[in-house]
Amino acid sequence: MTNLFILQLLNGAQLGVLLFLIAAGLTLVFGIMDVINLAHGVLYMIGAYLIATFAALTGSFWAGLLLMLPAALVVGLVIERLVIRPLYARSHLDQVLATFGLVMIVNEGVKMLWGTSPLSVPMPELLNGSIPLIGPLQYPVYRLAIIAAGLAVAAGLYVVVNHTRIGMLLRAGASNREMVSALGVDIGKLFSLVFALGALLACFAGAIVAPILSVDTGMGESVLILTFVVVVIGGIGSIRGAFLGALLVAVVDTLGRTFGPIVLRSVMEPAAAGQTGRMLAPMLVYILMAVILFARPQGLFGQRTS
Amino acid sequence: MSAFVQSATRRPVLMSARIWLALLIFAGFAALPLIAALTDDPFLMLIGTRILAYAIAAMALDLILGYGAMVSFGHAAYLGFGAYAVAILNSYGVTDLLVHILFAVLLSAVFAAITGAISLRTRGVYFIMITLAFGQMAYFFFVSLSAYGGDDGTPLQSRSTLFGRDALESDLVMFYVALALLIALFAVATRIVGSRFGRVLIGTRENPVRMEAIGLSPFRYQLTAFVISGCMTSVAGVILANQAEFVSPAFMSWHRSGELIVMVVLGGIGNLTGAIGGAVVALLLEDWLAMLTEHWRLLFGVFLILMVLYSPHGITGALERLKGARK
Amino acid sequence: MTTRTKLLASTFAVLSTTLPAGAQELPSASDGVLKIGLVYTLSGPAAALGSQARDGFMLAVNQIKEVGGMPTEIIIVDDEQRPDLAADKARELVARDQVDFVVGPIFSNILGAIHKPVTETGTILISTNAGTSSYAGAECNENFFVTSYQNDQNHEVMGAYAEKQGYQNVFLMAPNYQAGKDSLNGFKHSYTGGVAGEVFTELGQLDFSSELAQIAAFQPDALFTFMPGGMGVNLVKQYSQAGLTSIPFLSAFTVDETTLPATQDAALGLMGGANWAPDMDNAANKAFVDGYLAAYDAVPGTYAMQAYDAAQLIDSAVRAVGGDLSDRAALRAALHKAEFDSPRGDFSFGKNNFPIQDFYLVKAEKRDDGKFQTAIVEKIFDDYKDNYADQCPM
Repeated sequence: MTNLFILQLLNGAQLGVLLFLIAAGLTLVFGIMDVINLAHGVLYMIGAYLIATFAALTGSFWAGLLLMLPAALVVGLVIERLVIRPLYARSHLDQVLATFGLVMIVNEGVKMLWGTSPLSVPMPELLNGSIPLIGPLQYPVYRLAIIAAGLAVAAGLYVVVNHTRIGMLLRAGASNREMVSALGVDIGKLFSLVFALGALLACFAGAIVAPILSVDTGMGESVLILTFVVVVIGGIGSIRGAFLGALLVAVVDTLGRTFGPIVLRSVMEPAAAGQTGRMLAPMLVYILMAVILFARPQGLFGQRTS
Repeated sequence: MSAFVQSATRRPVLMSARIWLALLIFAGFAALPLIAALTDDPFLMLIGTRILAYAIAAMALDLILGYGAMVSFGHAAYLGFGAYAVAILNSYGVTDLLVHILFAVLLSAVFAAITGAISLRTRGVYFIMITLAFGQMAYFFFVSLSAYGGDDGTPLQSRSTLFGRDALESDLVMFYVALALLIALFAVATRIVGSRFGRVLIGTRENPVRMEAIGLSPFRYQLTAFVISGCMTSVAGVILANQAEFVSPAFMSWHRSGELIVMVVLGGIGNLTGAIGGAVVALLLEDWLAMLTEHWRLLFGVFLILMVLYSPHGITGALERLKGARK
Repeated sequence: MTTRTKLLASTFAVLSTTLPAGAQELPSASDGVLKIGLVYTLSGPAAALGSQARDGFMLAVNQIKEVGGMPTEIIIVDDEQRPDLAADKARELVARDQVDFVVGPIFSNILGAIHKPVTETGTILISTNAGTSSYAGAECNENFFVTSYQNDQNHEVMGAYAEKQGYQNVFLMAPNYQAGKDSLNGFKHSYTGGVAGEVFTELGQLDFSSELAQIAAFQPDALFTFMPGGMGVNLVKQYSQAGLTSIPFLSAFTVDETTLPATQDAALGLMGGANWAPDMDNAANKAFVDGYLAAYDAVPGTYAMQAYDAAQLIDSAVRAVGGDLSDRAALRAALHKAEFDSPRGDFSFGKNNFPIQDFYLVKAEKRDDGKFQTAIVEKIFDDYKDNYADQCPM
């Protein structure tokens, strides 16, 4: 049981860092630019499709990853320029409508370009295989690498946000946009930068999960809602909140699915426990969010807004 | 908060213009069976009934979204309550439409009162997400409801009966019943919006602090509106179940909640008529584009973006500008 | 349709945008054109399945040229995997387009939505994938035919195989929805050994690490799973990455030609149950597989094969009645005879119009051309009938 628990914690951490990579960009775009971007999930999908293409072209996962990064930046900048920029001054609902349209366009476009069948990205040789943990339990090296990469990015973001001039502007922008532009900062450039950075992180997340997940047109949608849950739990605009929110959501989800039925079995009959467990498992994340927002309506690290 | 809602109901003069527009839409609907008969295309009535159901749901959502700035991202749950009210009562041999509606409304009122009271602690995007959370909980509840097919849903043995007669089996009667419900609910919603209650609700949207200052509790008004909206949406669910003769959790997925928001915003928020128009345009456009090309979503997405960029207040906004330009 | 109503139709088509351009000019059921409506999921995450079925059907149409010896018109509709929309589209096919046959869908919940609207009008519905138990048993319908299987059967195949291997400790895993529950029940129908664990995963779940951890902890004799579409791709990749391939992987609708292009080597050696595989050695299968490869540059799966057979079935029956579609009773009788060469070999209909056919254990393998396919390992059931046929009053 303890072995299983440790494994599940690792799994939770892996899902958590992944969610963090996506949520970090979303929360920044949200907090600094005040833009609700429903298309953030499709960026994650684009990352996966880009690496699938580049890895197939070059025959190497690493070359694919290297090529994917600049391509992702370009995608982010183009989307910002064409769709997001005209939406800055608009209501959130207009943004929802326009980015919903963008989701439809990108999903259909991806289908036209790459077809409907799921794509495959080979596992890099270097990270293939599993390492033994305790007893008969093994853990895939690649998943450990995902955790490491995610933590590295989180640390990098922490340094950038807290110890650089850009980071200072980002923090200032998140709490008071007018003030930043009054200080003579080119707010347009800052916004482009933030959006491109968010796009890059989401694409990176999509790229590094591509070897373990099916690359298909549905992948952006499934992750979008979960990412919004993370952002809202953490508090809009807070990178720290996104990090803790992501880990919390992931751990509750993975542990709940495994240990929920076991816990239920101790308080009710096995059949009823199974039934209830199956019903509750997919709800867990939403129950968590509802409880947190009930206690803290602005999320864990959000600032109270009017 | 106010960032959500920029198109307010501006002048009372326009309000009446919008009522005229709504009447025009209703007249168009009323003439549909004639067109169907003339073109020998009875299928039009089925499309029409579906559009009417979504029009009711969108209008109900606009009541809280447009007038109360409460963007509910879980409204499809109420469509589901309405639909499952029909399926569940039918399986117990209770087939009367009015009983179905009553049951749906009761179910929705309870759910809306509980979840609304919790959700209203939050604002803005947090409100959107917490309503989504409750919507998803309802969705997964019905997914695990094996007795009614779980995820697969369940076909209805027959449509609801009307005063003991199976009149709704006729698509024509079904259509006119749906239209009558839309018109009745539109009248109710218009009265609500124009009443003191409605003005307070708009006040809570514009400035909740001031409302509190003059001794009114925004919470009570907002919650009441939230419950009313949920109940109205469930009526749409009852219609939808009868139209499709099939009930499934797919009615309550978050995609459906999102589509309802899209319809309302597309039509133009905060005037009821816009939501109805938005539902009509969105569904007709989808039908029409799907006939043209397999890749209709691409075109639909482009249409949405262009609408946002060039017509800030949705379809009603565009119509008003047209009217203004002609003067 | 008279000229006058036609004129009116075109006038009102302008008024009402819901009318498809030219729909009113389409000939009605009795004027010598065979009309078939296809209802498949062609968008969203499951689009690959529907596209394959559509391609399989169209391949047969192109090979036959004139289906049933008549001019043929085919209307393809996307159900978007939304039951309410599918019900509408099915009614549209029946009421507006007046098709003679509706073919599809992929998913059981869509079948539930379109079954009544199509069959109650006397139009023939041919399901090429979904085979819900209720329609096989008490609610069987003379206008409803199935060219695939009854939903439980592929799972029963794997249960019988596990039983035959003498497994005592099998780990069961399926998504938490109706088909998932049915799947595990189907497996247990023919498997009597012990169950190491039974896990229901979230529908659309991407990451199976927590379930795989449990499997690793239990070390069962085998895993049985039902994970269609993208879920299956993820599971298969992660299964091999977790180093669990020493535990036999038994599955249904998980390792097939729709997922193999994505899982590739990770799926090699994994087993499934099926009513056919592309490597079957008969002339009809060769024509089908080669034709499909040539037309779409992909190995066909069961979705394509079953749709291909639906087209062949329609062709055989319409020819048998000499193109007279108005005599429905004769048409139904001709359909029931199933006089065509299926790529899967033996094929006939039981009294509930569900197939009686052989079932096999199949295994994923790499073809000489570098593509992947499933291949027959052994026959598990011969002329196998579903468990519900006896409840059918027909």
